[in-house]
Amino acid sequence: MTDQEILNAFTRILGDLLLDDSIALSMETRRQDVPNWDSFNYINFMVAVEIEFGVKFKVADIESFENVGAIIAETKALLQ
Amino acid sequence: MSWLPIAPDFRADLKLALESPDPRDCLERLASLAQYRLGYIETLQLDRVLGRLTLKPESGFTVVRLAILASSTIDHLPPPIRVAGLRRSLLIDVHTGAYGQYRQDLLDPGSSLHQFAPQFILFSISARDTIAGVPLTATTDEVDETIGRSVDVLRLLWRKARDTLHATIVQQTFLDITEPVFGSYDRLVPGTPAQVITRLNDRLSNAAAQDGVLLLDVARCSERDGIDAWFDAGRWYQGKLEIAPEAAILYGDMVARIVAAQRGLSKKCLVFDLDNTLWGGVIGDDGPEGIVLGEGSAAGEAHLALQRYAKQLKERGVILAICSKNDPAIAESAFRDHPEMLLKRQDISAFVANWDDKAQNLKAIVTQLNIGLDSLVFVDDNPVERARIRQSLPMVAVPELPQDIAHYVRCLADAGYFEAVAFTSEDRLRTEQYAANAERGALLEVSGNLDDFLASLQMTVVFGKFNKADLVRVTQLFNKTNQFNTTTKRYTAEEVASFAAAEETVTLQFRLLDKFGDNGLVSAMILRPYPKQPEVLEIENWVMSCRVFGRQLELEALNIAVEQSRRRGGKALRADYIPTPKNGVISQLYPSLGFSPLSDKTGSSSWILELAKYVTRSTHISWSEGAR
Repeated sequence: MTDQEILNAFTRILGDLLLDDSIALSMETRRQDVPNWDSFNYINFMVAVEIEFGVKFKVADIESFENVGAIIAETKALLQ
Repeated sequence: MSWLPIAPDFRADLKLALESPDPRDCLERLASLAQYRLGYIETLQLDRVLGRLTLKPESGFTVVRLAILASSTIDHLPPPIRVAGLRRSLLIDVHTGAYGQYRQDLLDPGSSLHQFAPQFILFSISARDTIAGVPLTATTDEVDETIGRSVDVLRLLWRKARDTLHATIVQQTFLDITEPVFGSYDRLVPGTPAQVITRLNDRLSNAAAQDGVLLLDVARCSERDGIDAWFDAGRWYQGKLEIAPEAAILYGDMVARIVAAQRGLSKKCLVFDLDNTLWGGVIGDDGPEGIVLGEGSAAGEAHLALQRYAKQLKERGVILAICSKNDPAIAESAFRDHPEMLLKRQDISAFVANWDDKAQNLKAIVTQLNIGLDSLVFVDDNPVERARIRQSLPMVAVPELPQDIAHYVRCLADAGYFEAVAFTSEDRLRTEQYAANAERGALLEVSGNLDDFLASLQMTVVFGKFNKADLVRVTQLFNKTNQFNTTTKRYTAEEVASFAAAEETVTLQFRLLDKFGDNGLVSAMILRPYPKQPEVLEIENWVMSCRVFGRQLELEALNIAVEQSRRRGGKALRADYIPTPKNGVISQLYPSLGFSPLSDKTGSSSWILELAKYVTRSTHISWSEGAR
């Protein structure tokens, strides 16, 4: 899977979760850049990604992802 | 949640709901979508659309207020609770206090919890604090002392919640989130965390039974699913979630089952197909001796296990019925003659075997039993029949059964259709009473004349004020009765007790006996002085079980109510009729009893009966006051 494919999936997942079609994620997007992406919905997003991609993130990574690009990089690593 | 069917296109259907301009239409679309097997994320999405609706009390939906008092993070629990409520036509308004603040919220009368005025309070408390107080070296006595203290604290909170908020209390059992310290030897050491939790749950259950508190048994569920399904250490460290998000869906469904049960919305009747469901093979083709049932065949034992489970449910008051495409004589012969049949013909309260459409037959069954279609669970191995019923009668619960008959019982049990909040002697007798009703019906056919029939029943009504021994049954009657229910006000056991205790209130409970036996406690009435007119008594609520419709009990109950009111110096009886989708059967009750109309505002109506003019009705029911 390419970065762009994962990014598209992330955009769809977060848009569905927050019921917000206007969300457009980029590699640089941080959580505070997206309205309503609070800590509760951060966990929900992680759960959704884990279910969809069949991966499980480490707690240390979840608390230190800097931006969407970092989550994508870790997702790719876990998929290999 | 394997008993729910998979949604054909969740995303598209949710979008349709979201874009619907009409809130009522949107709500109905969401409610039908909630009947499907939804994952955690889909549940959150559905709930988000639900949250955008401005909800007025919608007809057909019941609004219920539930507060959760928790010692861990529970932000993820309200959406699954609301969606599971929607699955049962309940709009559950969920209040969650600040994390860890539940004691303060409960004790402070000015808190948002008190303003919310919950009808249900769910205590979701972790065992962590209790475990931390027990050293590994503790003796059995020391463990019991610590556990006793923890449970006593909870009981104080229950009492506080009940006294100040008059809510139904639900206590979550303690999840065993601990790891073995020794291994198998853990069970032999009283101070190990696992042993502390086991004993804590035992003590909690005893206290709950004593205090009339309901349990949400997540501990039992986590034993069934495995603790990994319920508790994820990662989520605990990330956000102090003690219930894993993936388990929250089942958690929500379990909460909604309890709320529904308390509101009389649990299922009442289990309807079985016959061929390849209650037995293997097709009896019409294979003959009674050719069907697969009983010892000696693996599949035969599995079919027998399903019958055994049905029989257990029958013993706790679930009505059993048959709906099968079969020749009726052949189908019945299996119940009569097949040596391996555990279910007998008399276990079945309604038996329909013919070649007609099953949707029509289910309607015939509910007419015969005088219950609603939404009280049915329909069990059929044939996916085409299941789909047909789901489509034409969406209010009937149709579990998506596993391929293998071996797992049918587990599937039915998992679905939790028959959750209860009480188990009374009425429940134990219910199926016999339905059978006796069939006998009474036969007598009516013989005598032909209704008046002769009623006279021949030799009926006696035993009445009195609500007494302590029958409090659970009276509460159950108010909450489970949907048809003969004049105002459909629901009460907690505490509220019913306080009506009984109040000096100015007249409470009446009615038990009907006849020559076939005791019909049980079948009707209840609450009369209270009308504000500012103490000589007028108002029927706050009046319910009667559908089992005794057409037996003149409503006439005799009114005779008794009039007599009791006169003793109090009452001059008139006032009553309201508040229509619901289910109580149309009594829309003409008050005029037929001689009440005069007072007002008729948007469907609900008020009525008055001058006691001076009341002529006691003559019926075939004699009185017996006081004794049970």
